[in-house]
Amino acid sequence: MSSELTFKTVTELAALLAARKASSVELTTAFIARAQAVEDRLHAFNSFDEADALAQARAADARRAAGQARGPLDGIPIGFKDVIAVEGQPLTCSSRMLAGFVSPYDATVTRRLREAGAVLWGRLNMDEFAMGSSTENSAFQPTANPWDLARVPGGSSGGPAAAVAAGEMPLALGSDTGGSIRQPASFCGVVGLKPTYGRVSRYGLVAFASSLDQIGPIARTVEDAALLLGAIAGHDPLDSTSYAAPVPDYRAALVAAPGRWKLGVPKEYFGAGLDPEVGAAVRAAIEFYRAAGCEIREVSLPLAADYAIATYYIIATAECSSNLARYDGVRYGHRAAKAADAVDLYFQTRAEGFGAEVKRRVILGTYVLSSGYYDAYYLRAQKVRTLIRDDFLRAFREVDALLAPVAPTAAFRRGEKSADPLAMYLSDIYTISVNLAGLPGISVPCGFTAGGLPVGLQIIGQPFQEAGLLAIAHAYEQGHDWHTRHPAL
Amino acid sequence: MASAPDLNIDYVANLARIALTDGEKAVFARQLGDVLAYIEKLKQVDVSRVEPTAHAFPVTNVWAEDAPRPGLPVDAALRNAPARRDDMFVVPVVVEGE
Repeated sequence: MSSELTFKTVTELAALLAARKASSVELTTAFIARAQAVEDRLHAFNSFDEADALAQARAADARRAAGQARGPLDGIPIGFKDVIAVEGQPLTCSSRMLAGFVSPYDATVTRRLREAGAVLWGRLNMDEFAMGSSTENSAFQPTANPWDLARVPGGSSGGPAAAVAAGEMPLALGSDTGGSIRQPASFCGVVGLKPTYGRVSRYGLVAFASSLDQIGPIARTVEDAALLLGAIAGHDPLDSTSYAAPVPDYRAALVAAPGRWKLGVPKEYFGAGLDPEVGAAVRAAIEFYRAAGCEIREVSLPLAADYAIATYYIIATAECSSNLARYDGVRYGHRAAKAADAVDLYFQTRAEGFGAEVKRRVILGTYVLSSGYYDAYYLRAQKVRTLIRDDFLRAFREVDALLAPVAPTAAFRRGEKSADPLAMYLSDIYTISVNLAGLPGISVPCGFTAGGLPVGLQIIGQPFQEAGLLAIAHAYEQGHDWHTRHPAL
Repeated sequence: MASAPDLNIDYVANLARIALTDGEKAVFARQLGDVLAYIEKLKQVDVSRVEPTAHAFPVTNVWAEDAPRPGLPVDAALRNAPARRDDMFVVPVVVEGE
């Protein structure tokens, strides 16, 4: 029974709970058992509290028995990338800087899921402070890709993506600043959605780059992602960048077969550097839509293709250098034991607490903001950002959404790119521009390489049109069976 | 690849308040030099009549009621303090004496 439960969708699990064919305690126990069986090889978790999860599950069962179940997420275990605050649980960002830190408050998304009755369990591994594309930058341990344990799960939300793919939980929350939900979802063969900037509150998300960060769902199916998005989206007075517009019923927007959509294919995204197997899988997905009656149009995103990475690594590092200034050993987190004076405390604390990639990005960000360089780098990057956004908005006058690869390759081997930061940065080519433009994007499984590694299709939507985006993704998914395949782990 | 001539790693690490070892300085200077050389391509873009974008879909003038509401309780705020006495964070001496 237990192994059957751990690969069911949330829709299926919710139906079992509603029909009293399973209890939340049974579900939670099954997922805990699965985690205990595979974690020695997967390392998706930084920590989890079994007793607390079971207590939440018992409370969910009690509510249901009293006729007070709160909705489809009541009693469903949901995992959290270790960057989102859950009161009373660790919040480490996979960094030595926050080792031992226990969150004193709930993020807004956490509060909403608590109110929905979900079982909040698990602190999931990530690249340190969300900086990375492989989860190799975790200060604690790397996470393995459940489809091939010698390979990376992607990053920075590698823990959540691997955990969902491996059946350790049915749903998770990740965060995406330059592709950190979509790329690991692609590498692990699950669904990952980055909402439009402002659609989901960032209150309680440890800040990396404040103009780019978004929290989003990682799930086994598009419908499950739609369900989770609906629970967390919406305006939040505690996040002044959050968008004040109603949240549609995302599940109701899903349609079984493709509509007569106009879908754009950015020609620059299919050039040199794209692995042939990845390209073939994505092109086959495009053909599916064409055969189903959609109009496929070539579009051009010249500035995004050429300049998005350079623009991102100025803006994101600048913003992170500011956001990470708070880690100074004074009020929380690591404090250096030996410091000559108060200022030296900062120098030593930050030297000891931050890993190499974090140090690199803070230094680069400090440089591009510094006197004499601000105009040449940061201000210029903000202007190129305008042009990149305009590329997309121009394309959206012609088409409803864009189809593209998520990453130039499938999951690479552990260690393959970690010696060369620039090579790692260049692998973000297809996802990064979507964050710069603030658009919603989803990765949905679209096949496997000959070596058995998952490949993701990226669909990029118009601002605040997640309903349409999810419908386009769902129609593809339901026309295929990729989502029914599971790793042998 | 030579490091970007303008990246003075000592100066910038000092601004960022991070103590780097000599080994880190050498490696980071080289790696960041590569990144900055890559970033140079942004100079090719004509941005002469372009407004900067700090926020993809700007919301402006987001007001809050000027009314008090409860903040984080003191115990919660001190929960992760490296050193604490009563309701205060204990820190190294900041202000020197006379």
